[in-house]
Amino acid sequence: MTRPTPETLANRATPATVAAAAAAPSVATSPTPATGAQSLVRSLEALGVDVVFGLPGGTILPAYDPLYDSKVRHILVRHEQGAGHAATGYAQATGRVGVCIATSGPGATNLVTAIADAYMDSVPIVAITGQVTRASIGTDAFQEADIQGITLPITKHNFLIQTPEEIPQVLAEAFHLASTGRPGPVLVDIPKDVQQAQTTFAWPPVLDLPGYRPTLHPHGKQIREAARLIAAAKRPVLYVGGGVLKAGATEGLRKLAEQTGIPVVTTLMALGAFPDSHPQHLGMPGMHGTVPAVYALQKADLLITLGARFDDRVTGKLDSFAPDAKVVHADIDPAEIGKNRHADVPIVGDARHVIDELIAAVSGTATGAEAYKAWWSSLNDLRERYPLGYDEPDDGTLAPQYVIERIGEIVGPDAIYVAGVGQHQMWASQFIKYEKPGTWLNSGGAGTMGYAVPAAMGAKVGRPETAVWAIDGDGCFQMTNQELATCAIEGIPVKIAVINNGNLGMVRQWQTLFYEGRYSNTELGTHKHRIPDFVKLAEALGCIGLRCESKADVDATIKAAMEINDRPVVIDFTVGKDAMVWPMVAAGTSNDEIMFARDVRPDFDEDDL
Amino acid sequence: MTSMNKHTLSVLVENKPGVLARVSGLFSRRSFNIESLAVGETENPDVSRITIVVNADSSPLEQVTKQLNKLVNVLKIVELDPHQSVQRELLLVKVRADRTVRSQVLETVELFRAKVIDVAPDTLTIEATGNPDKLDALLRDLEPYGIKEMVQSGLVAIGRGSRSITTGPALRAA
Repeated sequence: MTRPTPETLANRATPATVAAAAAAPSVATSPTPATGAQSLVRSLEALGVDVVFGLPGGTILPAYDPLYDSKVRHILVRHEQGAGHAATGYAQATGRVGVCIATSGPGATNLVTAIADAYMDSVPIVAITGQVTRASIGTDAFQEADIQGITLPITKHNFLIQTPEEIPQVLAEAFHLASTGRPGPVLVDIPKDVQQAQTTFAWPPVLDLPGYRPTLHPHGKQIREAARLIAAAKRPVLYVGGGVLKAGATEGLRKLAEQTGIPVVTTLMALGAFPDSHPQHLGMPGMHGTVPAVYALQKADLLITLGARFDDRVTGKLDSFAPDAKVVHADIDPAEIGKNRHADVPIVGDARHVIDELIAAVSGTATGAEAYKAWWSSLNDLRERYPLGYDEPDDGTLAPQYVIERIGEIVGPDAIYVAGVGQHQMWASQFIKYEKPGTWLNSGGAGTMGYAVPAAMGAKVGRPETAVWAIDGDGCFQMTNQELATCAIEGIPVKIAVINNGNLGMVRQWQTLFYEGRYSNTELGTHKHRIPDFVKLAEALGCIGLRCESKADVDATIKAAMEINDRPVVIDFTVGKDAMVWPMVAAGTSNDEIMFARDVRPDFDEDDL
Repeated sequence: MTSMNKHTLSVLVENKPGVLARVSGLFSRRSFNIESLAVGETENPDVSRITIVVNADSSPLEQVTKQLNKLVNVLKIVELDPHQSVQRELLLVKVRADRTVRSQVLETVELFRAKVIDVAPDTLTIEATGNPDKLDALLRDLEPYGIKEMVQSGLVAIGRGSRSITTGPALRAA
């Protein structure tokens, strides 16, 4: 059996890797003497890496010396967590592998949250960490941490390099693993003495991954079976997840949807995979999804699930989720199929191939808008009766939803929007209209507060010509805003809209609804004491700080921020604290219990199908 | 749980440091209980074979098998049917056997085709191999004499017949 080379693997890989390979003119290099550190940096160059985010320290110092002369741009972060999320934002915005670098011990453990985050959202990043010398491993040496052991459950794979000779091969394997199949984070731990040792560098290396064989092409029989169910369905729904974006399958999705006339819902990770403005788009399903999207899943007789994973935030109480639906479940990861919900037709494959083959298989069957007339009429009725919306606050404060809605409308669908985690994230998912893939980045699976600022930084570095707006909360912003110093110094002009309600808003909302309004430890003091003063903080970090406290100033403030492109801008939108995210399915309850607003339950039964 | 839910998995893995930790860690992380685990090299020194006995219903077992398959170092997983495979454990047991009962203990050893591997004035150390049921029966018979110490290996198992699970396209070329 001939072993695959990076070239042959790139040729049969997903678009993301093809893009990475295209950017990397294959530089065949005959063996030349090098240190381990030089071999590492030359491997990164050969892999087409244009930027890495990192922070040096004792055990990674040897690698930073050749990096000093390299064409690879190094962005010096202020905290390693920032490097990790920046690599994630870069990867999500470009489809290429994001790279972060840290030293051993605390440097490496500071990457852990970002790695876990990338793992939950299947983002291709490679984390490179220094390690204490081989002789010191296991002795509790200064700045020693078993980062391979620590990251075992939160990486797709990880490596502890034992000899300098294996550096090019391990790096090539790490990039291949991160970017193919179901993407994910890969960590490479390199002892300091391995970096210092003499070796030879040669490229390309031969990959040796005998146990790694992702299935890209679906089984024809399963596709035919899915097409048969689609032809027989009366109330089908296309349940679309982040896998469709990762596979670059959005064109195909649109074709499939329009050809069949089947309604589409896109999960939090899939926003932008299908235009929000498309008449067949019902919105996002799940805990804070639209009533029509949630209803469509509940009443469907067939779920055509593409690159989604029946997450608990989508299904609500699993036993009562989509009770009458048969399930076609297509995913590149076989372990997702049947994990939470039984699949009547399991399809293992890359979403692009699955969708292309489904299009061919359903053409000629009696689908189309006519076939689902009754289904569409009940869905359209719900769309009219339960549109997304919000009430102006009674106390005259600024409505956070209004601010976010205006940002979306003024900045437009070409920008990249990056959210933190909480109420502002949900409003950003609801009130900004996403029309294109790769315009919505957020921490979906892990729910990592503090994601937005560094991820926006990474996205802006990856797509410098595109406007990048972070929609952040005052809680999230205080976790990672130190990276604004990085942005200011490195010339990364992101916009940060802090939706400042003075509280940990989503937690407060749950305290309002489920803890009798006992607001235990959710007030942050950013209103009452104005600590910190976000405008002053922004200025201290080398950014422009703006503040907006009234509805009348919102548009002008957004436009003023858009005019500034020589440095980052932070806007403190001081908003009311009592706004809540609606609709809502309370945790652990059935989707049938969805609340359109407080004490308002849609009546699903009046037009029972 | 009944033994109906007991499954024997043969997992072929790359013979590399840390692979056992990846496999065992996955079981605990996904809330599966390993009943027994044995690991050793195969005829190919690049490949190790882990035999895992796990208690699970068939649907969670399918999930854990899929999760195991996702581990980059895992090459192949085969569930061995108890009727189509030979399953063995090794037992070493130190039994009280002074002069008054020694001949009776030796009779039991004989009966189970076990072996005496060490002798002391008041104990015998016995080695036995067999399927778990046979070893349980042996222990039941020895118990009345007084078991001072015992140690058991994990189960190892191999399919009956001429077919081999270590060949085939799923494995690396030698």
